[in-house]
Amino acid sequence: MSDSLKYFRQNRLPHIWCPGCGHGTITGAIIRAIAKLKLDKNRIVVVSGIGCSSRAPGYLDFDTLHTTHGRALAFATGIKLSRPDLKVIVMTGDGDATAIGGNHFIHAARRNIDITTIVMNNAIYGMTSGQYSPMTPVGMLGTTAPYGTVERPFDLAKMAIASGASYVARATSYHVQLLEEVIEKALLNKGFSVVEAVSQCPTYFGRKNKIGSAVDMLNMFKEHAVNVKAAAVMAPEKLEGKFLIGELHNQSAPEFTEEYQKLIEGVRRKFDNFQGGVRECAQNSD
Amino acid sequence: MRTEFRLSGSGGQGLLLAGIVLAEAAILDDKNAVQTQSYGPEARGGSSKAEVVISETDIDYPKATDPDYLLALTADAYKTYGKLMGKGLIIVDSSVPLDPEIKARTTAVPILSTASDVIGKMVVANIVALGVLGGVSGIVKPETLEKAVLNRVPKGTEELNIKALKAGLEIASKARETQV
Amino acid sequence: MTNAKLMQGNEACTLGALAAGLEFFAGYPITPSTEIAELCSEELPKIGGKFIQMEDEIGSIAAIIGASLTGRKSMTATSGPGFSLMQENLGYASLTEVPIVIINVQRVGPSTGMPTSLAQGDVMQARWGTHGDHPVVVLAPGNVKECFELTVKAFNIAEDYRVPVVVLSDEVIGHMREKVVLPEAKDIKVSTRATPEAPGGYLPYKADPDGGVPLMAPFGAGYRYHVTGLFHDDTGFPSNKGEVADVLLRRLQRKVEKAEPVIRDYAVESVDDCDVLVVAFGSSAMSALSAVRQARAKGVKAGLFRPKTIWPFPEEPLHDIATRAKRVIVAEMNLGQLVLEIERVVGGKAPVEKLGKINGELFKPEEILAAIMGGQR
Repeated sequence: MSDSLKYFRQNRLPHIWCPGCGHGTITGAIIRAIAKLKLDKNRIVVVSGIGCSSRAPGYLDFDTLHTTHGRALAFATGIKLSRPDLKVIVMTGDGDATAIGGNHFIHAARRNIDITTIVMNNAIYGMTSGQYSPMTPVGMLGTTAPYGTVERPFDLAKMAIASGASYVARATSYHVQLLEEVIEKALLNKGFSVVEAVSQCPTYFGRKNKIGSAVDMLNMFKEHAVNVKAAAVMAPEKLEGKFLIGELHNQSAPEFTEEYQKLIEGVRRKFDNFQGGVRECAQNSD
Repeated sequence: MRTEFRLSGSGGQGLLLAGIVLAEAAILDDKNAVQTQSYGPEARGGSSKAEVVISETDIDYPKATDPDYLLALTADAYKTYGKLMGKGLIIVDSSVPLDPEIKARTTAVPILSTASDVIGKMVVANIVALGVLGGVSGIVKPETLEKAVLNRVPKGTEELNIKALKAGLEIASKARETQV
Repeated sequence: MTNAKLMQGNEACTLGALAAGLEFFAGYPITPSTEIAELCSEELPKIGGKFIQMEDEIGSIAAIIGASLTGRKSMTATSGPGFSLMQENLGYASLTEVPIVIINVQRVGPSTGMPTSLAQGDVMQARWGTHGDHPVVVLAPGNVKECFELTVKAFNIAEDYRVPVVVLSDEVIGHMREKVVLPEAKDIKVSTRATPEAPGGYLPYKADPDGGVPLMAPFGAGYRYHVTGLFHDDTGFPSNKGEVADVLLRRLQRKVEKAEPVIRDYAVESVDDCDVLVVAFGSSAMSALSAVRQARAKGVKAGLFRPKTIWPFPEEPLHDIATRAKRVIVAEMNLGQLVLEIERVVGGKAPVEKLGKINGELFKPEEILAAIMGGQR
């Protein structure tokens, strides 16, 4: 543990999260994975958007960027393309990543840009006190879903895979060891990596839906999560009402900033004698 | 002395490029030139208008106010802009039926048919038109026009375009004779 | 003569950006600004710079803020609808003091409006588009050469004062081609942001409360600091304290206030003895100049004041000239935006008349001439 403590801005603690919140557990898993890989903290940038999860970077001793709602991946894209040598990590929530930031999410995946994205999915907007999100299961309650939401939720992992992410995994704040393992693999993947970290919000989701305490919520994760390896040999009816955890997709693909670098090298070879200055303007506006 | 050109027709006819080359030729001749345009949302078809103002001195207002020359390659362009003509000369393609309502001085010349039938490529109609405008106005030297055309056209098409330009200049010299 | 070239306004903006040290461009296609993105996509790789076409304008401005934080000069280009989408993050750049340049080639709005036609309807959006009080600098080129010069200047101001700078071009200026002789690289002044010397004790937002500009460390250089759109103290970490917010926002505003006399830029014609002063910027000023010259030829003492910095407005110089005039006419391609600022600046010392136009076609000189002559009967 002492190894990972050095990655925290200890003078910024305590954090703002509620007692029983899963986000601290997930943040801890991220940091332990970073510590295990012995990543240089001067070469890591952590970017977040808005929401409970997005407060995490403030506690971490890297270059950290707390941006606008939903836009973390777009800011991160600028950082990574500008400085491909830096390790860029995005910490985001279900609302931040899949509602207001959904478009950036699918495009970052499409480009397979080398950014590790941890989506802390607590199926609710916690910061604004409990509204339903695009990840809230049908029938669950929120302050804006007083009769239960009738909207169908995203399957974030499937969306990431379909959009082109090269590494996709899911774990929960209960399955901490697995979470740490998949984050480590996500950090090692050269490309767009997504870890959906299912998290508990006892304050809003748990209370509103009468699930009970944080412990009860963790037990719920334990009961409903099925490892993808186990699921492979299970009958479909046994998987009813369950969700998969583990490594869901791991397939390398050309990475955007590397491809762009190749483009630069190709262009520079072609324009070997280019000294800068004026070029002929395009003739396509007529 | 400010000389104003308005080149009008349909989008895709390359009139913008003709306007640009005319303005560049003027610059090569050490004059000032400004080129502006208006266009619709369509990349092809739709109406297209390019304007060029050439002057020995500073040009303040960049658009044509009372064009000295209107080039019209389509009936629509002829009708729309012909009506606005005052002192200037309308150079209209001979495929366009003339409108007695349009009173400005007019000369009809075979730009499109020269491009398609004589040169054999409709795409160079804009360069034929450029030759006509350059020749009729006499604003830039023919050799400067040639140089400006060569600066702009894609490699491998130089010969074709110079042929088109010369055909335009030829049309202009005939038109001048019939005008006077 | 040798270097004279027919050049388009959008092209000149791009070349100005490159001359100022542009290394990163993110944008989204929109008429009439797209030539800037096209040219950047072609030129940046040649110098090892980066171009990305983002999924929208929100992402575009976000990406350039990210790139600027790594120490690279960054820019985007857009038009009204895209500029509207950028407003939230423009405020973010203001508050976090990240230098960026936004070229807005204005077109007719609101909404999709007339994409291929001229307007100058974003004067107020450029100033007040984002929420909350915030510093922003807005420059307006009046010809193709100024597209180059003011884009260079935009980068310099952005770097010197750590503010977002908007170059407010328009459809006519952006698309017209003019004879231009560009300055040589050695004659172009280029600013680079002030950076701290070494990590250790770095306070990312420490600056003189009276409009000071903090030193800016690039990400990835060992400073490990925090940037947030929340109000923050010298350390960069969020604070909910009213007094911290007050000090921060006043410093940000003061930065630009203090800089105004230095960044102020305007042009005048025949103002020494003018009875009728026309105020116009961007493409409208070309018509206004022609009108003023024609009025002079008719014996009417007309003059032109053309601001190149729109925000902050060159208040003192205009006030001096306007108070000597009998009438002030503000000609702009909208229904009355800059005129509100002119009224404030003139402060009742001369009547201020509004001449607006919104049909997408540049003022004809005679329209402005008629307004000048209108009071002479």
